[in-house]
Amino acid sequence: MMRDWLLALAQALIFIALAPLLAGWVKWVKCHLQNRVAPPLWQPYRDLRKLMAKEVVIAEQASPIFRAVPYIVFSSTLMVAAVIPSAMINLPTSRVGDVIVLVGLLALGRFFLALAGMDIGTAFGGMGSSREVTVASLAEPAMLMAIFTLTMTAGSTNLSAAIDHILASGFVLRPSFAFALSGLVLVAIAETGRIPVDNPATHLELTMIHEAMILEYSGRHLGLIEWAAQIKLMIYGVLLANIFFPWGIATRHSAGWLLVGSLVIGLKLVLLGLCLPVAETVMAKMRLFRVPQYLSLAFLLSLLGMLSHIILEAG
Amino acid sequence: MSRFDWLSEWLARCEDEHILIRRGSARTLAPAHLVECDPEDWGRIAAVARDFGCRWVALWGSDEGGEETPALGVQVAFEYGGDHLVVRTRVPRATPVLSSHSPWFAAADRPERHCQDLFGVVFLDHPDARRWTRHGAWGDGDYPLRKDFAAAGQPPAETPPDQDYPFLAARGEGVYEIPVGPVHAGIIEPGHFRFQAVGETILNLEERLGYVHKGIEKIAEGRTPEALARLAGRISGDTTVAHAWAACMALERATRTPVPGRALFLRALAAERERIANHLGDIGAICNDVGFAFAQYQFSRLREDWLRGNQRLCGHRLLMDWVVPGGIARDPDPSALAAMAAELDRLEAELAELYAILDDNPSLEDRLSGTGRLTEATARQLGTLGYVARASGLAFDLRAQAPYPPYDTLEVEVPVLEQGDVLARVRVRREEIRVSLALMRRFLAELPAGEIRQPLAPAVAGVEGLGLVEGWRGEILAHVRLHADGTIDRFFARDPSWLNWPALERIVRNNIVPDFPVCNKSVNGSYSGQDL
Repeated sequence: MMRDWLLALAQALIFIALAPLLAGWVKWVKCHLQNRVAPPLWQPYRDLRKLMAKEVVIAEQASPIFRAVPYIVFSSTLMVAAVIPSAMINLPTSRVGDVIVLVGLLALGRFFLALAGMDIGTAFGGMGSSREVTVASLAEPAMLMAIFTLTMTAGSTNLSAAIDHILASGFVLRPSFAFALSGLVLVAIAETGRIPVDNPATHLELTMIHEAMILEYSGRHLGLIEWAAQIKLMIYGVLLANIFFPWGIATRHSAGWLLVGSLVIGLKLVLLGLCLPVAETVMAKMRLFRVPQYLSLAFLLSLLGMLSHIILEAG
Repeated sequence: MSRFDWLSEWLARCEDEHILIRRGSARTLAPAHLVECDPEDWGRIAAVARDFGCRWVALWGSDEGGEETPALGVQVAFEYGGDHLVVRTRVPRATPVLSSHSPWFAAADRPERHCQDLFGVVFLDHPDARRWTRHGAWGDGDYPLRKDFAAAGQPPAETPPDQDYPFLAARGEGVYEIPVGPVHAGIIEPGHFRFQAVGETILNLEERLGYVHKGIEKIAEGRTPEALARLAGRISGDTTVAHAWAACMALERATRTPVPGRALFLRALAAERERIANHLGDIGAICNDVGFAFAQYQFSRLREDWLRGNQRLCGHRLLMDWVVPGGIARDPDPSALAAMAAELDRLEAELAELYAILDDNPSLEDRLSGTGRLTEATARQLGTLGYVARASGLAFDLRAQAPYPPYDTLEVEVPVLEQGDVLARVRVRREEIRVSLALMRRFLAELPAGEIRQPLAPAVAGVEGLGLVEGWRGEILAHVRLHADGTIDRFFARDPSWLNWPALERIVRNNIVPDFPVCNKSVNGSYSGQDL
């Protein structure tokens, strides 16, 4: 039992330690696709170290919420990272919360980030918060719907159990999964603030969503928020990889298997990290008022997934 | 073609309105005509010009001095059929009052406030009494461009914050304001934008410029012509060739100095190179503003190669200080000229490849098409210039309608589109690159040999000249008046941004807030050029 908890702890630590590397990888691929000289893969670590060492500048009008938010956001994201099965299933942490709790934890972080955006009272922060909440209110139902499709197949809202079920039933082509996967991909792009919904690389405040909320942050506060964003990107990557392509995840508990599981999920993320920049390079960012249509499509796909499960697969 | 065949009818209309035209001269500001009128008739001049269908070009003041009754001069330039007409009046410095032209020409609004701020000329019936160029650093009675005001100014201990500027206010449920700038993220010039928005829709945008006022007009006074050309080349760094050319053209016309043909061809080559460099950079930047970074990097690369070509040609990446009074500073290395033909072919081939990628991208077209529309009527009303006007159906281009040497020897194609949106502005600029490349090929093929510089002829006190050059943003007007020793008495340069900035306020209305950056970039007014 003790060993399982240690393995869970190790899995979580590996997860948050490698999240900046995934961000670095995505950036590296993107640079190469755009014919640029890429920064080294470990550049996000350097940036984080720089931010952690820097002085924090806080507006005079800031309330305690503003100071607390980076820690809330980071810890809620950390919780999700600890609970989702990345390298190994059936760890004790996976029983801490099911999918609905995970979505709730992410929503909690976002809620506080939106509060912090409005806290200082600058126009950009409020604008970012308003856009973020608009996007979230449409993305979350779509995400829940996609995940419900999966959990209905598995008969459990626990991710670990669901993955176990999928592994046990072998490779089956399910139309419901194809729909849910498409829906979840669209949601993941919106939730992690990537093109075509948001542009993480822009300096134009008026076009920002996520970045607009955190414009006033500096130093270790900004570092924590950036790190949390990198972990979040990895969370969605792991969700997509492990729900729909769970093969290779470790089912037995030992340090060796943890290593193998980590390598496998790492490989899957490397592949996912190739697809994301390709999409980001060939597409322009869409108009903000198209985002609701885009997320409606995500919801529709997820709903179709659920319907096809009920009509074609259930019973 | 007989120029100014309309002027007699214009004068007849003035007569009908009982406007007394004092003097006229076809030589003083040739090829523009100069007429003088009484200050009482000033406002009606605008009415006649508007009814006649003239385009409003520029307004600038001047201190006319005078021992007994010191006077201020005010001149306004109109254009009709490619001909420029300058109307001048004098008002006593003690009571400098004129009627405003703004009720007839919206374009006159900011230039009149500029003149009011810096010369103290009061424009009656002006719809907007707020200061424009003169921010809080100057007191109420300070008029920096009057001759009795020291060039060093009276620097206050600390410039008071400019926080009481009464922006237009909007009320109503859900209406909120977004102040942006003057300091922006990214390396761009300072300017303040005040948005009133409902949700994500822009109800109104108000610009507040003047943060990069450098006192160009004041520090030009007393300079030698060579120093003026250097200064003019720094009015707006991205338009250094065209501004320097306009200033030199004004100097050369004032002193009646003929410019060697080789120098004119090389100036035109430089101006076209400047146009292409800016168009390349901006097309990439527009794509980047909608999150299509690929284009940004490709066009930046092309622009960088192009700037290196500039370096080989004249020793400066932006071609700064190559245009000097009487010609150009240095003859280019023959090898640089020889290499240029291949450079043009290479750029054309690379652009064809890139355009194919851009045209094949629906997500890009979706963002640019229909965004930031400027109707032809509004563009005409505001006197918009350059590619902004040409994307909205107005075909004005000095190189075609009022060609100056060396453009007078050839036909310049003017690409015009009707849609008036961001996409049309991008397309017009793409076409302009093509036209510029063709022009450059002709210039290279026909480049005459010989002198590259003719010394300026000696000046007579009070001679003046008007330079008109089509810069990459549009028509640039420069006015120069000289002292007897050949130094500068008065210099004024009107960058096309004066007339394009107001268009941006209209362009973004009813667009969404996140589309402002791309609309702004598609117009790309110069802050420095309009702040002077």
